Amino acid sequence: MLAFGQHFRRALGALALLGAAALPGQAQAQQAPANTLDAIRARGAVICGVNTGLAGFAQPDSQGVWRGFDIDYCRSIAAAIFGDASKVRYVPTTAQSRFTALQSGEVDVLFRNTTWTLSRDTSLGLDFPAVNFYDGQGFMVKKSAGVTSASQLNGATICVQPGTTTEQNLTDWARANRIQFTPVVIERLEEVVAAYVAGRCDAYTTDASGLAATRSAQPKPDDHVILPEVISKEPLGPAVRQGDARFADIVRWSHYAVLVAEELNITAATADQALASDQRPEALRLLGKTGDLGKMLGLDNAWALHIIKAVGNYGEIFARHLAPIGLQRARSPNAMYTQGGLQYAPPFR
Amino acid sequence: MSDAAIPTPARPAPITLVGPIAWVRNNLFSGWISGLISLVLLFLIVKWALGFIEWGVINAVWSVPNNQTQACRDLRGTGACWAVITEKHRFILFGTYPYEEQWRAFLSILIFSGLFIVSAMRSFWRKELALVWIGALTAIGVLMWGGVLGLNYVPQERWGGLVITLILATFGLAFAFPLSILVALGRRSRLPAIKALCVIYVELIRGVPLISLLFMASVMFPLFLPEGMNIDKLLRAQIAIILFAGAYLAEVVRGGLQTLPRGQYEAADALGLSYWKKTGFIVLPQALRLVIPPLVNTFIGFFKDTSLVLIIGIFDLLTAGKTAIIEPAWQGFGIEVYLTVGFIYFCFCFAMSRYSQNLEAELNRHRVR
Amino acid sequence: MSQTSIDPRSLRAPPKRPIKLSWSDERVRGIFWQVVVVGIVVSMVWWLWSNTVHNLEVRRIATGFGFLGREAGLPIAESLIDYNPTNSYLRALMVGLLNTLKVAVVGIILATVFGTLIGIARLSKNWVLRTLSATYVEVIRDLPLLLQLLFWYAILQGLPGPRQALHPAEGVFLSNRGLKLPWIQWEGAHSLALVAFLLGLVATIMYRRQALAKQIADGVPRAVWPVALVCLVALPLAAWAALGAPFTPDIPALRGFNFQGGLTLSPEYFALLAGLVMYTAGFIAEIVRAGIQAVPNGQREAAQALGLRPGAVLRLVVLPQALRVIVPPMTSQYLNITKNSSLAVAIGYQDIVSIANTTLNQTGQAIEGIAIIMLVYLTISLSISGFMNWYNARIALVER
Repeated sequence: MLAFGQHFRRALGALALLGAAALPGQAQAQQAPANTLDAIRARGAVICGVNTGLAGFAQPDSQGVWRGFDIDYCRSIAAAIFGDASKVRYVPTTAQSRFTALQSGEVDVLFRNTTWTLSRDTSLGLDFPAVNFYDGQGFMVKKSAGVTSASQLNGATICVQPGTTTEQNLTDWARANRIQFTPVVIERLEEVVAAYVAGRCDAYTTDASGLAATRSAQPKPDDHVILPEVISKEPLGPAVRQGDARFADIVRWSHYAVLVAEELNITAATADQALASDQRPEALRLLGKTGDLGKMLGLDNAWALHIIKAVGNYGEIFARHLAPIGLQRARSPNAMYTQGGLQYAPPFR
Repeated sequence: MSDAAIPTPARPAPITLVGPIAWVRNNLFSGWISGLISLVLLFLIVKWALGFIEWGVINAVWSVPNNQTQACRDLRGTGACWAVITEKHRFILFGTYPYEEQWRAFLSILIFSGLFIVSAMRSFWRKELALVWIGALTAIGVLMWGGVLGLNYVPQERWGGLVITLILATFGLAFAFPLSILVALGRRSRLPAIKALCVIYVELIRGVPLISLLFMASVMFPLFLPEGMNIDKLLRAQIAIILFAGAYLAEVVRGGLQTLPRGQYEAADALGLSYWKKTGFIVLPQALRLVIPPLVNTFIGFFKDTSLVLIIGIFDLLTAGKTAIIEPAWQGFGIEVYLTVGFIYFCFCFAMSRYSQNLEAELNRHRVR
Repeated sequence: MSQTSIDPRSLRAPPKRPIKLSWSDERVRGIFWQVVVVGIVVSMVWWLWSNTVHNLEVRRIATGFGFLGREAGLPIAESLIDYNPTNSYLRALMVGLLNTLKVAVVGIILATVFGTLIGIARLSKNWVLRTLSATYVEVIRDLPLLLQLLFWYAILQGLPGPRQALHPAEGVFLSNRGLKLPWIQWEGAHSLALVAFLLGLVATIMYRRQALAKQIADGVPRAVWPVALVCLVALPLAAWAALGAPFTPDIPALRGFNFQGGLTLSPEYFALLAGLVMYTAGFIAEIVRAGIQAVPNGQREAAQALGLRPGAVLRLVVLPQALRVIVPPMTSQYLNITKNSSLAVAIGYQDIVSIANTTLNQTGQAIEGIAIIMLVYLTISLSISGFMNWYNARIALVER
């Protein structure tokens, strides 16, 4: 009995020491200087806040590798800074924790289907450098319900995720159109989709991209109809901490680089060839052969070349991740401005 | 009584008292109500078991080529689609850990299991056990993080699956247990300020759900730290679980302290032992022996409660299982995944609860007269 | 030490001496350590607090509870009081609190009944019943509650849609929109009748206590049922009739997308309730079994020898003694049900956590949101433990 107590006490002491040694080590390892770019360089990786799982945008595959539209944007930042798109660490964030994670420096940049609104821009200490996807909230119903317009949804049960702008848009819309509805409010995406598919709700409302993704995932997509009404504007884009204009510039121009690459018809496959033979002045500036646009951003001059070789141009990213989940680009706001869309990059000069 | 008694061979007991027929009679049909209950229950069990075998084995699809789940969809719920497990089992077990390095996570799970088994054997309850724990936990840290011995560095946010569940539960216990002993002693202390602090801590934590502590760790904790400093999400959740576990374990330990006869304390005082000598040599060795079975039960509770980190987006076993079915091709096979994940939890918890029951019986053996 | 006139009691207590300012004085050391520990705790709290204040300022996050009066704008599916999205956050949180209480109170009652039945079944002579309930207890306790809730919710969603709803009786519909039951249109008379019933219940209990006390005094048993009949049935009926006996049935019917009218049990509520009750019943069954087994067999045999009927043996001899073992662990199970009801957030039942969570997400005021959640649960927990401690003290063995 005596021996047990003695051993036990020593074990306690050892454990306490272990704990004392482990905790501060962890905490200090994450000290972030005020300058995000320097911190990223010192760390050797970009830390990117992403969704915990949203088909097409950010989702781990069977081998545990993150894939999606937002993931490619994270990779493009790493390519711009390091010339190596694999130097990214992904931190899955929930709808609640995303802004805290960014504010506290746990992540450098948030690519997480975040809607740019005035209150978020001003009161959360954040900046939204660009819009990489124009979305809008819509409704999806089952074809068998025979509904063709959102105005026929009076009395319906509607599935919605809480804590996002979606929920508030829904109540605003219902009040404006004098529509009574019963909400089913479920936090996790896969749960809310399962509830809609099982018939727990008559309609499911979220951003149009989410609706298209859900619809295309169904065994028979034609059984579901996305109603024509779009009840809100949802400009989705990256968010960074306020007060670090240089890093915000890098995030902003990384997006414009993939847009301009599409304008100039440079793809991941043709980038090297374009570098060798392209004579268009803007292409040469983009690829870093002439001028020093990269230096002005504090990066290597070949930054955009690295991005394009790693993830391709905007059209390629879209086609790789969003077309398979059923999103149309033609005639949507995400088409290039030359084709009637809103995607427009300022000149590279 | 002059006749000598002729010994007659013992007659076998009547068939109505021993043997299978008697057993059936006593245990299944001792009255007409009992008989009716037996028949109804047996009928239902057989019916459900057959239904489950038909769904889970006969009609089931075990694998499909490259994510083509049409074969599963065609079943329309008449059979299980175990193909989702065949395809996703490594994701469910290891999360986003690099695919080629997953043997390291697997090895860590084996070390955890070995550690549990070694700790469960009474012949290993010696001083060296603490060293074994430190050694094993260090080995797990090295394996999971890497960066030394030619292992590639794997940042913490890529860990996932069963390892996270085991880490949260085991480290939770390893740190909460010493904390709980201090708090339990503090709660019985004669120093009013220390006693008050311990009482406030225990009652505050036990009065609120674990979810609210996890939310606090997830959204509120970063506000507590000075600017520029932050602690990663897993560690924050781990701290919340340690604080939570510490309060519950403290009550278990306090129960053990209270059952100790007063004479033991008085005898130690009479010997002139200091407070820490009295506690370390007399009180704790006896009290902790009493609380091992409830301690194991509390540990089972934490093991299950780690699943709540789902709500703050950490990839433990349950979250990994749910994330596995986000991919469009695999949506809608929740039941199969839940059954698999449930089975894994059950294996661990069942083993621990059986162990706790045996241990309790063993420790109480000297009391049985 | 030749003096013998000293009071021997004073020898037992340690002699009172003035505090010496020396390390060898136990009291000085006690004070020192207390100052050190309190100092560490206070400075840590102060450090965290100043960090928080600084961070809130730098990040321009609003503080204070002013947001409670603002318009919530969040839709709530089920509510015990009138609510619409134009109401304030305060009212939305009230709705959430009532929803938490609704599931906790019903859950506690059902889990107690169900758990007790299973606990008794585990001691049954019937092998099938005994084995089945033992398996149930073992399996249900070894699976995480969250997993069980998700499982139940997935199962309930497998029910047919409203148009193919199961329709076992007139006005009763079971579909994936929940269970619909016929109800009556609630009017003032019904509220009055309810009040009368509660008053009658109190009166009946008081009468029964008096009757028992008199029976103990003179040994004459007194029937309680006539008084109960008057107080519990006649009084509410009279109150109802006095206001014109209104009775308008409210039968649910399929109109448009959903059933209109009647009483609704939503799948979310049902899944949460089923999960909580099934899970906690597994623990309560073990507590009840241990409690009954803790009563020595001699007590039962002695009661039988006195000629008590089996029901009376259980009610008058076994249960009162078993309760002493059962009540303390039962208290923590009741607390667990209440706290576990916060898992509602995972399956879309809008309890206090779910609504406070949405609130903190919309307003960005995390500290206030979490403080509200913690305060609510602390209040509920302390009330339950207070009540159960009082009950425990009442039934505790009076030691002589």
